[in-house]
Amino acid sequence: MPFEVILNIAASGGLTGLVYGLAALGLSVIFGVSRVVNFAHGEVMVAGMFGAVLLADGLGADPLVAVPIVGLALFGTGWLMHRGLVRELIGAPEHRQFLALVGVAMVVMNGLLMAFGPDARGVRVPYAFDAYEIGPLLLDKVRVIAGGAAILVAAGLFAFFRLTALGTAVRACADNQLGARVVGLPVERLYALTFGLGCAVAGIAGCLMTLIVDVHPQLAPDYTLAGFTIVIIGGLGSATGALAGGVLIGLAEALAGIVLMPSMKSMVSFAVLILVLVVRPHGLFGRPAR
Amino acid sequence: MMAAPDPARRGRLLFGGFALVLAVWPLGIDDAYLVSVAITMLWFAAVGQAWNLMMGFAGQLSLGHTLYVGLGAYTAAALYVHFGIGPWIGVWAAVAVAAAAGAVIGGLGFRFGVRGVYFALLTIAFAEFTRIGFDHLDWLGGSAGFFLPLDHDGALPWADLRGPPLLFYYLLLAYTLGLFLLCRAVIARPLGYRWRAVREDQEAAAASGINVFRTKLAAAVMSAALTAPAGVIQAFYYNNLFPDQAFAMHRSIEMILAPIVGGIGTLFGPILGAVVLTPLGEALTLGLEALAIDLPGLKQTVYGVLLVVIVLRLPSGVWPPLARRLGLGDAATRTPDR
Repeated sequence: MPFEVILNIAASGGLTGLVYGLAALGLSVIFGVSRVVNFAHGEVMVAGMFGAVLLADGLGADPLVAVPIVGLALFGTGWLMHRGLVRELIGAPEHRQFLALVGVAMVVMNGLLMAFGPDARGVRVPYAFDAYEIGPLLLDKVRVIAGGAAILVAAGLFAFFRLTALGTAVRACADNQLGARVVGLPVERLYALTFGLGCAVAGIAGCLMTLIVDVHPQLAPDYTLAGFTIVIIGGLGSATGALAGGVLIGLAEALAGIVLMPSMKSMVSFAVLILVLVVRPHGLFGRPAR
Repeated sequence: MMAAPDPARRGRLLFGGFALVLAVWPLGIDDAYLVSVAITMLWFAAVGQAWNLMMGFAGQLSLGHTLYVGLGAYTAAALYVHFGIGPWIGVWAAVAVAAAAGAVIGGLGFRFGVRGVYFALLTIAFAEFTRIGFDHLDWLGGSAGFFLPLDHDGALPWADLRGPPLLFYYLLLAYTLGLFLLCRAVIARPLGYRWRAVREDQEAAAASGINVFRTKLAAAVMSAALTAPAGVIQAFYYNNLFPDQAFAMHRSIEMILAPIVGGIGTLFGPILGAVVLTPLGEALTLGLEALAIDLPGLKQTVYGVLLVVIVLRLPSGVWPPLARRLGLGDAATRTPDR
């Protein structure tokens, strides 16, 4: 196989990986702050994808236009989910958290199945077949837009946490919950905010994903697992790690698609996950827990 | 009131009665549908019991237990189809393969300190990895499925498990009751106490001289080995195997619902959970059919809601409060979560 072809496949895999990375970033933010493992993350992402599809079908909206709308809607959903359910799980034994969120994932996924049916649905954008030519590379416009937007949203999230007072307060909760309470921070509300933000980011990643793939409810568990794989590779709680892990998985899956068979590509990410869990459980960019 | 003074004796009597009812009812009521529902119920009771050994007593969360069902099913089916070796011998190979897989996963995970949620993800990763691998394993049918021949050469029906559903019902009944008694015996032994010590506080258990690694490994291997026969029974009952069903993650989750509803870390919980859940699921299916509602996903949604409600509101499950009401002590009833 000519080198250019491999390079092209790797590049488009990397761009898709950026969107995976953005979704994983949402997972990582929630865990980093409230230590809750959101097993329903892929389900939220797929809900975001359906949001983009509905807006495209109903209003002819571009997925990029859907981004703020879906983001806001899922921020609200995430906030309510936290107030109604997740709040009770903070500090509970890990297996209880995990199992409750497995239940939430079942409800969301099957809810989507009941609402939209099992068939794949897609968004058609006018620039679907455009491409940029950079040297030997031929990059799909949709992938470039999706990957670029993912970087922008991640940068925005990063700026929020670093530059705003609210973001600093959230980080204070993450560093020392008791200390944050002592200085009078509304820890509960900041947790709800974080869960909302994590869900919004997942939903936005979902909107961007509709540029690249068609959506059906059964994607959700795969995305949840991909999110965990990426976050564990990058290190739970590390923002750079999530994006880098996303690109790594995107690349690995794309290349596995050529070397092995396309249907075997997620085998590679599970193999990577097993390897990282065993060899470096805190991930490539994370710090050891203790 | 004839309250028997000894709760242990009362428990044995009640359990004996329960077992007797399960053994006798099909003789009076010969209904194919009810038998098929009862088969599902006992199957989930058995795999729930095997899973509970690891999660309930040793505190290690596995969300990939369908791996051991699938490996057991494929091993016995492959021996039967490719080599003509019957299930009564094949089941031992199935147990060995599943135990080896449990040893690899537990060995890797526990040796390298993969704990809690990370361990659960490790179990999922292995199950999914295997699922995709079997999709491409042409020797075992790949994603197109692996089928067992229905005819058999005149041997007795139970020799190659080529019999009527009732045969499978009694097989499962024996397996479920046997598992219950085995688990009861194991948790009364020193190993069972070490499991619970590790579950409650791993560091304290290590400090008091328990070899934590070997204790957890024993739970993982036993749980895997005891799950495999359920796979063998499934393979010979349905006569077809698909990687997307045998190794699917949603199967793993379905398998753990019964012990969670019944009560994690109790002996009778997994059985009670299956007795509650399976008829509930069937009633739901029948109700929807009667109303001519075709909504795939509704049953799973109800299970999801149930899972959330139980975990939030009744984390110790249905059995512990019921056992108290009946004046019984489950040999392993754990105190509610800290």
